[in-house]
Amino acid sequence: MEKFITLTDTAVPLEIENVDTDQIIPARFLKATDKAGFGENLFRDWRFDNNDEPHPEFVLNKPEYKGSILVAGDNFGCGSSREHAAWAIKAYGFKVVVSSYFADIFKGNALNNGLLPVQVSPKFLEQLFVEITKDTSIEIKVDLEAQKISIPKKNISESFEIDPYKKTCMLNGFDDIDFLVSKLDAIKEYEQKRSQNLQATTPL
Amino acid sequence: MKKTLFDKIWDAHVVESIPYGPDILYIDKHLIHEVTSPQAFNELKERDISVFRPDQIVATADHNTPTENQHLPVKDLLSRKQLKELTQNCEENNITLYGLGHPYNGIVHVMAPELGITQPGMTMVCGDSHTSTHGAFGTIAFGIGTSQVSQVFASQCVLVQKPKKLRVNVNGKPKKGVLPKDVILYIISKLGTNSGTGYFCEYAGNVFEEMSMEGRMTVCNMSIEMGARGGLIAPDETTFEYVKGKEFAPKGEEFESAKAYWETLKTDEDAEFDQEYSFDAEDIEPMITYGTNPGMGIKITGAIPMEGGKSDAKALAYMGFKPGESLLEKPINWIFIGSCTNSRIEDFRQAAAYIKGKQKAKNVNALIVPGSRQVAAQIEAEGLREVFENAGFTLRQPGCSACLAMNDDKIPTGEYCVSTSNRNFEGRQGQGSRTILASPLTAAATAVSGKLTDFTKHLN
Repeated sequence: MEKFITLTDTAVPLEIENVDTDQIIPARFLKATDKAGFGENLFRDWRFDNNDEPHPEFVLNKPEYKGSILVAGDNFGCGSSREHAAWAIKAYGFKVVVSSYFADIFKGNALNNGLLPVQVSPKFLEQLFVEITKDTSIEIKVDLEAQKISIPKKNISESFEIDPYKKTCMLNGFDDIDFLVSKLDAIKEYEQKRSQNLQATTPL
Repeated sequence: MKKTLFDKIWDAHVVESIPYGPDILYIDKHLIHEVTSPQAFNELKERDISVFRPDQIVATADHNTPTENQHLPVKDLLSRKQLKELTQNCEENNITLYGLGHPYNGIVHVMAPELGITQPGMTMVCGDSHTSTHGAFGTIAFGIGTSQVSQVFASQCVLVQKPKKLRVNVNGKPKKGVLPKDVILYIISKLGTNSGTGYFCEYAGNVFEEMSMEGRMTVCNMSIEMGARGGLIAPDETTFEYVKGKEFAPKGEEFESAKAYWETLKTDEDAEFDQEYSFDAEDIEPMITYGTNPGMGIKITGAIPMEGGKSDAKALAYMGFKPGESLLEKPINWIFIGSCTNSRIEDFRQAAAYIKGKQKAKNVNALIVPGSRQVAAQIEAEGLREVFENAGFTLRQPGCSACLAMNDDKIPTGEYCVSTSNRNFEGRQGQGSRTILASPLTAAATAVSGKLTDFTKHLN
């Protein structure tokens, strides 16, 4: 997994609440069996009409907004567990998603793919939307080590929470599979100790 | 210390707790399907890791399968490739697969319970957010992403922070015509789509105790729609009776000893929850949604709220509705009875009981999609096929179908569909489709009248 330490970049404001993973990547694009190509279909039905013509009013189609930080409305990533949503956001070029609330499964999927979800207060989120729309070239700094997000030019900042284990993974590019495989002995021991009533179902 | 049902199951499955970090949680049953597993198998291959406990994995094909001519090769090339990869991956890794055409094939959250794979006290995961369904058995069941699917392949464990605990109580006598779907739509409409985020939800109270297993599955299924990772209901005699005799359930003495353990799976009196809500069953009426998330729900006789959330205007514009509007008498051209929320035999019995002797309205396309081959066989055996077909409904073969429109079962742009599925997100049932979530009874009544109708007037 790619490491994440710190990032300073411009941001794209997606001022919509309850963005669900069906919008991030519609189900008809989930037929792929690898992880390639999801970026081009990110927010497909908001970006393009049924004839594949871009919707000019959608923020990703506005040339003034660029950058690898996506700032989104409350409760981002709700709905389906599809990790394709995190892959699509990452493949499009975003490295950080900022919101005042993330759905559980999306948050986990993002962290497992080196995409940093930064949860801020509703007030700070509002400030971000105001500043980004006022000055589209304004830079936002995300410092994972210090767990701090700021707009250096405006001298405003806020701390954010992250699970310490996940923080270590992100800072070092570690992922969970290697960790779990290193624990196989403990897992086998657990299996042996289980009481009879907790057995898995009868063999298939 | 007093423990909740959730604590009891969770704590029994913790292999190790990482200080200031997640728990290593052991998973008893891992369910997989064609859409969220291929990249996880690839991950394993790339790292040269083998599947650790293939006996504890069961696969089905459901999301991306046609609901017609299942005996023929799948027409859509990408779908066919995805299904073929599932077959190959299962063969290579000795994983049981109930593929298309197998008598046990069906929607993952329908087939596992009806085969007795789902049992009280277990931990279960699947790369699908509606895995919460299995919580109906007093099971910790939750959806995971594909990275986690590969983690479970590699270790039969997931790394996960223990969620907080929420309890939702509903007591009282439900009104006539109120189905489990209405109960959960009501709860979500009151609490909102993110009220459960970070929580596991226990449903308690006489309303859930008196529900069938099918009804409990409908309720737990939609826990994720209020953001909760999962929902669960304490197992009781209804649960044990349902599990007993199922294909993969324990038999004889083994069943009795399992049952003795299952009976201990209930929340201790005075155990503490981080959050608790209570509702009166008398306040619940048949529900419909009017917006683009499942929290945007009203009673069928109600009006769309005048003031809503920040993004409600966008949702109403998409749906073509206005604040203050009543949706009664709204013409509807599509109805869908199916999905992991409402495609079990009880759902079809309820719909058929209403439809029997009636005809669908001319303007309506009415799609009936059973959740599994077993449900389809039961529909046949109970004579429900004739009821549906005589009324002009289309009965298809099992699968996820128009719930997420990955196959050809799509609702056309701009059309309304009264659907028994779980999500009314923009485009969920096809690009530009407009979904109104409801119970099987509401969907059946809509099909007959061709418009949203207060059918409770006609119930005795």
